[in-house]
Amino acid sequence: MYEFNYHKASSVSDAEQALRNASDGKIVAGGQTLLPTLKQRLASPSDLIDLGGCSELCGISVDGDTVTIGAMTTHAMVANSAEVQSAIPALAGLASNIGDAQVRNLGTIGGSIANNDPAADYPAACLGLGAVIVTDKREIVADDFFTGLFETALDEHEIITAIRFPKPEKACYQKFPNPASRYALVGVMVAKMSSGVRVAVTGAGADGVFRVDAFESALDGSFSASSLDIEMVHLPDLLEDIHGSPGYRENLIRVMGKRAVEACG
Amino acid sequence: MNDTGIGASVRRKEDFRFLTGQGTYTDDINRPGQTYGYILRSPVAHAKINGIDLAEAKAAPGVVAIFTGDDMQVGSIPCGWGVNNKDGSPMNEPPHPALAQGKVRHVGDQVAIVIAESYAEARAAAELIDVDYEELPAVADLATALDQSTLVHDEAPGNLCYDWEIGEEAQVNAIFESAHHVTSMDIVNNRLVPNAMEPRAAIGEYDSATGEYTLYTTSQNPHVIRLLMGAFVLQIPEHKLRVVAPDVGGGFGSKIFHYAEEAIVTWAAQKVRRPIKWRAERSESFLSDAHGRDHVTKAELALDQDGKFIGLRCYTKANMGAYLSTFSTCVPTYLHATLLAGVYTTPAIYCNVKAVFTNTVPVDAYRGAGRPEATYLLERLVDRAARETGMSQSEIRRKNFIPEDAFPYQTPVALQYDSGNYTATLDRAEELADVAGFQARRSEAASRGKLRGLGYSTYVEACGIAPSAVVGSLGARAGLFESANIRVHPTGSVTVYTGSHSHGQGHETTFAQLVSDSLGIPIENVDISHGDTNKVAFGMGTYGSRSLAVGGEAIMKALDKVITKSKKIAAHVLEADSADIEFKDGKFTVAGTDREMAFGDVALTAYVPHNFPHDELEPGLEEQAFYDPMNFTYPAGCHICEVEIDPDTGVVEVVAMTAMDDVGRVINPMIVEGQIHGGLAQGIGQALMEGARYDDDGQLLTGSYMDYCMPRADDLPDFKVGTTTTLCTHNSLGVKGCGEVGAIGSPPAVINAVVDALWDQGVRDIAMPATPNAVWNALNGAKTAMAAE
Amino acid sequence: MTNVSMTVNGRPVSADVEPRTLLVEYLRENIGLTGTHVGCDTSQCGACVIHVDGKSVKSCTMLAVQAAGCEVTTIEGLANGDDLHPMQAAFRENHGLQCGFCTPGMVMSAVDLVTKNPDLTDTEIRDGLEGNICRCTGYHNIVKSVRAGSNAMKAAE
Repeated sequence: MYEFNYHKASSVSDAEQALRNASDGKIVAGGQTLLPTLKQRLASPSDLIDLGGCSELCGISVDGDTVTIGAMTTHAMVANSAEVQSAIPALAGLASNIGDAQVRNLGTIGGSIANNDPAADYPAACLGLGAVIVTDKREIVADDFFTGLFETALDEHEIITAIRFPKPEKACYQKFPNPASRYALVGVMVAKMSSGVRVAVTGAGADGVFRVDAFESALDGSFSASSLDIEMVHLPDLLEDIHGSPGYRENLIRVMGKRAVEACG
Repeated sequence: MNDTGIGASVRRKEDFRFLTGQGTYTDDINRPGQTYGYILRSPVAHAKINGIDLAEAKAAPGVVAIFTGDDMQVGSIPCGWGVNNKDGSPMNEPPHPALAQGKVRHVGDQVAIVIAESYAEARAAAELIDVDYEELPAVADLATALDQSTLVHDEAPGNLCYDWEIGEEAQVNAIFESAHHVTSMDIVNNRLVPNAMEPRAAIGEYDSATGEYTLYTTSQNPHVIRLLMGAFVLQIPEHKLRVVAPDVGGGFGSKIFHYAEEAIVTWAAQKVRRPIKWRAERSESFLSDAHGRDHVTKAELALDQDGKFIGLRCYTKANMGAYLSTFSTCVPTYLHATLLAGVYTTPAIYCNVKAVFTNTVPVDAYRGAGRPEATYLLERLVDRAARETGMSQSEIRRKNFIPEDAFPYQTPVALQYDSGNYTATLDRAEELADVAGFQARRSEAASRGKLRGLGYSTYVEACGIAPSAVVGSLGARAGLFESANIRVHPTGSVTVYTGSHSHGQGHETTFAQLVSDSLGIPIENVDISHGDTNKVAFGMGTYGSRSLAVGGEAIMKALDKVITKSKKIAAHVLEADSADIEFKDGKFTVAGTDREMAFGDVALTAYVPHNFPHDELEPGLEEQAFYDPMNFTYPAGCHICEVEIDPDTGVVEVVAMTAMDDVGRVINPMIVEGQIHGGLAQGIGQALMEGARYDDDGQLLTGSYMDYCMPRADDLPDFKVGTTTTLCTHNSLGVKGCGEVGAIGSPPAVINAVVDALWDQGVRDIAMPATPNAVWNALNGAKTAMAAE
Repeated sequence: MTNVSMTVNGRPVSADVEPRTLLVEYLRENIGLTGTHVGCDTSQCGACVIHVDGKSVKSCTMLAVQAAGCEVTTIEGLANGDDLHPMQAAFRENHGLQCGFCTPGMVMSAVDLVTKNPDLTDTEIRDGLEGNICRCTGYHNIVKSVRAGSNAMKAAE
């Protein structure tokens, strides 16, 4: 790990100020992706600004049809939250399968989304459920937020404060883990929203999380697994690595998509 | 049976310290004045080094010294086994420098050591070293390496290390010409990374007052390291070189070998006059620990009209990697080809092995070493032959087993098996696996959309390595005996000094059971000491399932000497002839009388020899023994695997894994079962998950746990294990060895089960590891092929 | 350098460290508690698992400064003198360890796992140990140990 200055922020504005003051500052939330990256010397921020002391960023609230999750809420808190389990069980289920128990105890939803790893689970939840990402400056809809591999719409000094999930009629996330890393080789979120069906896929896209239009319109027509026996036109380029060819990943998108639809009931 | 003696599942003596965080692994040791070493490694697979600029790095904060190959002009790291070509000429043995001499030959090859006040400073300074690499094409692929114009070593034309054979090729070819049926397969044994959970580490230290060097290292055999490094690399005589292998966090073969880092820190410690600690990060382990397996083979089995095996021929290419690691050369030859008879009566066998250099990490012994490769190719062939000739998997094996009354059995490939009962093992395995109920389970699985398959493997292995005379005649450059020293203290407690090394196997318990059983003393009164060349007289270490069969026998031999001397002492005190002294349950008795003396009293008398006849009886009670086995030992068994495959995703679930093994006499059943469990997990890992992959440029694609798939708890089932017993006939305990059987027997059972599940879908073969993507491809390939027909 | 203080196994400790110091490095090198091990550099093997404020975490993936002021328990803090914690005793009784290197992390994960849910099935135990890799045991006896340890912890309550 390269040397850096460390700041424990007491509030979001404190963190924002520290970020502005640093030549190349980086926010650390749960640190479960950032610290391994730093350990491998793949990044060398001048300053690390820790949000661990910003208690206002931690917590879950349900208001009518909206579930709001603070950016510093850990995966374990989301997974174990009775409110989330009742309002959006698919989201609690997704959180309960991120990483392992120790990662879930520290990793946060805000950190995961800001990092936008192409194999992370939460981006599929945000995009699939049509979440709104709330920052200290504005609100960004998920469709505009995830802009590419490890790229988001966040400005240089912008900090995620919360994520607002609309409650779906029904939803399910099905993950096929990479056998080695246990990240998603393919993860599919299928959500029946009042506005229509949304299908988001993580793990497979060469540019990160994406929606599958063909599946959405097919499911809008008939919400059944057999509706997905169609050609997936307009798929983006799919990732290729030793764990999955593009063809295999395409197959998994369909298989996991169908399983998600079936599990929605 | 004494409740801490032979046959008892004694809870382990070593566990308290491990469970309370009080184990002492190499990285837990810190020496006064210690510095930290970081090894700068090659980022490219093959390159000339045109220059190394150290100026900036040497000026970096905390740097004590930096050394490159120019500084470290020492002996080559030796290979421990010379193998001859089929024409009798010696193998090609290019130099193996500790620090690169003008050329790097694999990603991870050692280029320099940076020594600094902290590890972070050493690592930071290493980034400032400017190495001018002139990249060369890489030889990355085993199958085509012999045809490449690029040479890994100029000294090895055609990238060939040796072209070796066993058997009469012409005679075997003639048998194939007249065979009723020939089963033919191309078989790949996938390259594995051993991945002991403790990364390797080494601390070198030099005492200028005495001229003594000390090396603390993560080794399975400290004396072997002392010999190889002292005599060959650094020219330090044994009495000035102490090697300590403290608690070691798993080895599986990967910590047998003498590694460059051990020599580098020991040599450099003398230069900087301060201790140097080096420890591998896991990503470094992937690039510097010897890998395992990596064979490609063309194999054929000839059968007569009755389904009897009449001939076997194999042509194997074995990857050596970039340099010859300690035991690399014997693995594909004497530990592989000599096992090709398996448990069968095949009368004629020919095997040709070409050992090949590539620009990859050296390849050497990994749990099973050669024997898994032999078992895999044989059991895949047998499985296929059964399918081609319409026999059941059970029938083809029973028909060809070496019968129970044929032992000792001389195979056509050099080995003589002393004992075994393969039918009994198969019977018990089939019963435990409930083979009879399989069809019903398969139908039930089909109703859930799952493809269920059952696979067999019946194997024999050679371990208890090894009779020195035999291995010496085959090119081994060392003897493979073991030593033991039994020190009986005045109060009757005992310390055993053994040349075996325990790094998970539980020797501190099993060996203590031997002593408790033999001397009739409580196990608490026995301690086992190992891992320090200054304490233990000599040792060849732990590998090849040799610790009990060779190291344990040395202990038994030393115990015999202790008892013999104790009888003399008892005879003296009891005023009898030592020939009349009987020893039982810890008591020496004059035969036919009630005059007796407890072991503890004998021990005390040995050290309080007030009236010993000095010309007949020496004071003290301490005995040394060396044991060299007469033969290998031959554990055998039957593994039966049952899998379920999800055809939509290609995921293979091992739903049942049954292992019935004959490991000879069992000293501690709990420990033996644990050893078998661990071997099974590694075997299943090889079959379904693990595989080291290089790209065409020689970059390792599976360089961390993000990509190299390690079996985790949720990947594996509960195991069904059991043992049958035929005793080894040439050692006193009747033991055979259990450390490797799980990893040797299981991979073909798993793959045979996968093929069984997929056979009706048109799949005929699948390579290891049968990952979800690979299985899905196989199913789709078969679908496409069937549609085209 | 930053001064970092915390409570480790009930004892207040303090050391001056660089901000980049990992919690595991702080424990091993500054505090001298070498029972917590490092087996990988990608946060997967779990040899370094400890408890911070009652939750299991990977101490190789947390900075020492992040744990400032926290209550930390390591494997050294589990037993009461020579009396093993029920989970430690269960690992010994059921041969849930071989080389011992993954063991500290495995035991710390297991304690957290069964504390949260004392009535786990074997499948749930296997899933719950996803973050801990063992190369020796094949997990069979670890699962058995965790089950036995869980029962013993319940009985001790």
